[in-house]
This record gives sequence, C-alpha cells and structure tokens, in this order.
Amino acid sequence: MIEERIIEKLNILADAAKYDVSCSSSGSKRKNENKGLGNASNGICHTYTEDGRCVSLLKILLTNHCIFDCAYCVSRSSNDIKRAAFTVQEVVDITINFYRRNYIEGLFLSSGIFKDADFTMERLVRVAKKLRTEHKFNGYIHLKSIPGASDELMREAGLYADRLSVNLEIPTEAGLKLLAPEKNRKDMIQPMGFLKNEIILRKEEKALFKKAPIFAPAGQSTQMIVGATPETDVQVLQTANHFYKNFNLKRVYYSGYVPVLSDKRLPALHTSVPMVRENRLYQADWLMRFYGFKVNEIVNDTNPHLDLDIDPKLSWGLRNLEVFPIDINKADLQLILRVPGIGLQSAHKIVSARQFGKLNWDQLKKIGVALNRAKYFITCNSSRFERRDLTATNIKQFILSQSHSKFLKNATTQLNLF
Amino acid sequence: MTTLVYDGTFEGLLTCVFEIYERKLLHVKIQKGEWLSKALFEEVIQVITDEKRAGRVLQGLQEKLSAGGMQRLYAAHLAGMDDEDIMLIGYIRYVFDSKKNVEEDYGNKYVLRLAEIIRMVRREKHRMEAFIRFQKLQDGIFYAAIEPDFNVLPLVGKHFKNRYADQKWIIYDMRRNYGLYYDLHHIEYITLDFATSRPDNVISSYTEDEGLYQNLWKNYFKSVNIPARKNTKLHMRHVPKRYWKFLTEKI
Ligand code: SF4
Repeated sequence: MIEERIIEKLNILADAAKYDVSCSSSGSKRKNENKGLGNASNGICHTYTEDGRCVSLLKILLTNHCIFDCAYCVSRSSNDIKRAAFTVQEVVDITINFYRRNYIEGLFLSSGIFKDADFTMERLVRVAKKLRTEHKFNGYIHLKSIPGASDELMREAGLYADRLSVNLEIPTEAGLKLLAPEKNRKDMIQPMGFLKNEIILRKEEKALFKKAPIFAPAGQSTQMIVGATPETDVQVLQTANHFYKNFNLKRVYYSGYVPVLSDKRLPALHTSVPMVRENRLYQADWLMRFYGFKVNEIVNDTNPHLDLDIDPKLSWGLRNLEVFPIDINKADLQLILRVPGIGLQSAHKIVSARQFGKLNWDQLKKIGVALNRAKYFITCNSSRFERRDLTATNIKQFILSQSHSKFLKNATTQLNLF
Repeated sequence: MTTLVYDGTFEGLLTCVFEIYERKLLHVKIQKGEWLSKALFEEVIQVITDEKRAGRVLQGLQEKLSAGGMQRLYAAHLAGMDDEDIMLIGYIRYVFDSKKNVEEDYGNKYVLRLAEIIRMVRREKHRMEAFIRFQKLQDGIFYAAIEPDFNVLPLVGKHFKNRYADQKWIIYDMRRNYGLYYDLHHIEYITLDFATSRPDNVISSYTEDEGLYQNLWKNYFKSVNIPARKNTKLHMRHVPKRYWKFLTEKI
C-alpha cells in the first residue's frame, strides 16, 4: 500500500519535472574524502530515455502544487491534473537508494511554489542538507532556486548544492509578460545576480583559506523554452550570450516547446516539437563557447534565424567563402576550428600530427574529419583539391545531396553533440 | 612470414618484440594461446615469456614513451581484442624505429589504430561505469554482473572504489569468469563457483527493499520519457541491445 502510494507520487512528480531538459551532472569536483557515499566529477549518463535523452540525475519536483499559473507549464494552478508532494525524508531515501545501485549521479530537485518562495526553498534546502550531513552524500545535487527566496536561504543552498539554477523559460521580457503575467523578470534575475557574486566571493575565500566550504562548485545554469513564443534565434542567442557573460552561467539549456496544454497564447496541441531548431541552437551555443565564434557571426539582423537544413558552422562558412580555402598544414588552430566538418578533437589531432609530416586527404579522413563538408574549405598535402569556383549555393547543394538526408530528417536532437 | 605464438600476457607480447629484433624478422603473424594449425611449411616460433627479455623491451619503451603512452599501450593489450596484437607490435616497432616520441603522430597507421583501440576501450569502460546495476543482497553486499565487449574490469575498479567507499560490492565479468570484490578497504580479484546457483539470478538472496527500489527505478524510467520526442534510433545507439539484459530499467 505504502509502496503503491510512493510509486504513484514518483510517477506524478517525475512526469512533471521532465520538461526541464538540463540533465548535466558535470562541472563539480566533489570528492569522497569522508569515506562517505559518492563523488561528483564528470557526469555519467546512466541510461537514456526512449527519446534519446541522457538520464543522469533523479529529476523530480518536491511538489507539483503551485500557486502560479504560467501558461507553458503543466503544473500551473488552472491545469486539472493529479497533484502530489514528497516529504523531505522520501526524497532523501529514494536518492540514496538509487545512488547506491548506480542508477544515478545525484539529485535534481525542483518544485512548484506552495505558499510562498521561502516556504518552498526552505524545504529544498532541507533535502540537500540532510543528504550532505546525515548521509555523508557527495553525489551531485542540483537545486532550483525559487525566485523571490531570501538571500539567507540561497546562501545555504549554495553550501550544499553543486549547481543552482533559475529558469528564464521565456527568452524575452515581453514573452514572459504574455505567458506568465504573475512573474516578473527582475525576480528571476535577482537570485542569479546574488549567486554570481556569492560564488565569486566564496572562490576568493577558498583561495585564501583551504578550509573554507565549497560553494555551488558547478555554478549556475538556466533554461529557455523555444517555440512557445515568437522570438527569433538572434533574440534567443543574444539572451544566452548576455547571461554567459554577465552572470558567469555554466550552461544555458534550450528546450523545444512540447505542446501539452491548450491555450490561445500558445502553439496548438499537436504542433510538432521544434527539435531541429533546438539542436541548431545547441550547436550555435557550442560554437560560442568552444570554437571562438561571436553571436553576431552566427546570427544577425540579416540572418535572424539559424538554417535548419545545415549546421551553423557550415552556414557561417558559406557566408564567408573569402576566408577559404585554408592550408591545413599551416593554418592556426583557431582557423582550423572554423572549418565546417572539423570538430574540436580532429582540430587538435591535426595540429599535433602535422608536426610529424604534412597531412593528406586520407590521413585527415582517418583522423575523423568529415571530408564531404570540409573538402570545399581546405587544401592539404595533395594536388587534388576543389578547383572549381563554386558558389555558396553550389556547395550547399553538393553537401546536402550527399548527406543522406541526415540534415533533413527530424531525427537529430541535442544529444548528437555530446 | 613467421608466426609467433605466445601466452597472451603483456610480458609475453614484449618477449615477442625481443624475438623479432633478435632474429631480425620482418613479416610476422602473432597468435595467443596454443598453436593449432596443422599446415606444413609454416614457420612457427613458440615464444616463452621471459621476464628479463620483456624487461629490456619495457625499459626501451619507457625511454621513448610518456607514462601516459605506456599506460595506453598496456590498456590496449589488456582489452584482449581479437587480431589487434599485430597492430600493437607494429606500434612498438614504430616507436623503436623513430628518433622522437611519436605518440601524437596520427598520420601513422599504427599510432592512429592505437588511438582508436583506446577510444573503444574507454567507451566500454564508460559504459560499464554507467550501466552497472547493483542489487543489494541480504548480507549487505551490492552485486552486479556484466559482460563487457572487452576486458575492462581492471580499469573500472578505481572508479567504483572511490564512489562507493562505504558499501561492499562485487562486480562480476560473466564472460571472462572473474570479478572484483571490495570489502570496504581493498579490492580483490575473485572467481565465484556458480555450479549451484545461476549468477545473473540472485533474486532469492535480495534484501527486503531491493524489489521496491527496482520497481521505483523502472517507473521513473517510464515517467521521464516524452513520447512526443520519441527517437528510437538515437536511443539504441546510446544503449545498444546487448547491454539490456543487465539493465534494471530494461528487463
Ligand atoms: S511557478 Fe513554476 S511550477 Fe508554478 S506554474 Fe510557473 S513554471 Fe510552473
């Protein structure tokens, strides 16, 4: 009987939490030094859902009761659904027992707002505190910071959690006004600013005193829903960039809107999830973070949307043909990273390998370069190279005709990146 | 063409390298275990593992490779992949025949192949770290059975010891019939005698709440799926079918 009730709760509260796409459990370096349970380093995906997403954390809501009525959220107060709430102890028990069986890397705890922000936040913090102190748990803990919660609680949260996040959900203020009139953007941003400063402060303290406690070592992240409101990719990526820069965010997640509710302000039910767009946004995000691209190189007022049929690096390459071809045996790493079809690993391998001798097509292919794309942009140790004076449209057509519709099918999701 | 037959150990492999240089062999084949072929006119050398000879080759390698490079070579051999010994021998010869450290010479086929082998081994190791599912037994030991594609059990011990420092556990490789046992202090290699009970079926000795948590986990796995995003191909690529039989959520 108790077993059935707890299974039912888990079903309800996991179901309500699943639209939060962030699943990362990396970026922390919590070690198991107290001979306790667990550690947190590079996150492991312990399994994958049938839609191909990584499962690394027990991702649940403490409760799906909520006093707010945000249009895009399944838990909104006007939605007629089953409600449930876990006790603090229940969450602790499930987390520990899942962790011991190697099902998960840790806990991602979020919640609907019951009563008010502090009341809710206090319970989230209590779960984390219990895990850390009573169970010597060193696994990963990600807590949602509830907008409007007191600084005191936020500070305590940072002492127990590895990562904290506030979801922006809607990329622009106007969009938020439309869909969540009770929420205001300032309240959402305020805790991010507070945590950013606190993280910096604690880092300095840690540098001076080794014994100082670690504070949210995996930093902050946020999520934006795309496709619920009519923002362009420029707006989405500029917002992301703004938060990376000004709030030192570790990750921004993009979640293609899944139509679960019927509401005049939202895309109709049965509209398909914009998975390709979501994937392109992640690719663009990677270009910004790891490949040295600036936002306005990827999208700008002339090209406000990412191409859906080709990846953003290829789009950039085709718009900037005058930069190419580059000689793979001479060019700087920074430039090699900009070649469509060459990833981070291949770029580094090329730079290592060419010290031993000039590289040819065959070797590049074996190293992992996608020649079907790269060949239009590079030369190497071979007399065979693209001599025709091709236009961007020609190249795009050649590439698309060879790529077995991989770019055209809706089959790719963000996971292809990792 | 000469065939070298050796005992499958790393020292054995290094002894083979010694033989190749001493006898100035150019073209060789290499085989683990017993020499079985009955064909005539084949040149066969049964290489007897020799610590001294292996030691000299090892020392030579250490002078030419970084510590990390040595470890990668060792791990690649330990993995026990079919037919890769000849590539490893080729790699070692290339290392000896080159003046400088060639670990990053990815234009060379042996160097690149070693990198590929290591990538496969790492992936299998990561998969084990991800897909191992412990079941709690009555005596408090957490038990997991695995069947990895390559011999990676020795590589995963440290990870599990760090993570589960406060629980006893056993991870057992069913295919190679040996396992690791952590007793809260050290890891030991063990072999279990399964003559009486089936190793992948330990239900009879579960603790009381084992069933509850397996059930909760299966339910959780179902709940987090978003049918509107279904992508079976991607799912299968991440979790290939051959691993399913040990995955609680897939049974
Ligand atoms: S406050 Fe959060 S849980 Fe409540 S309706 Fe809005 S998004 Fe959903």
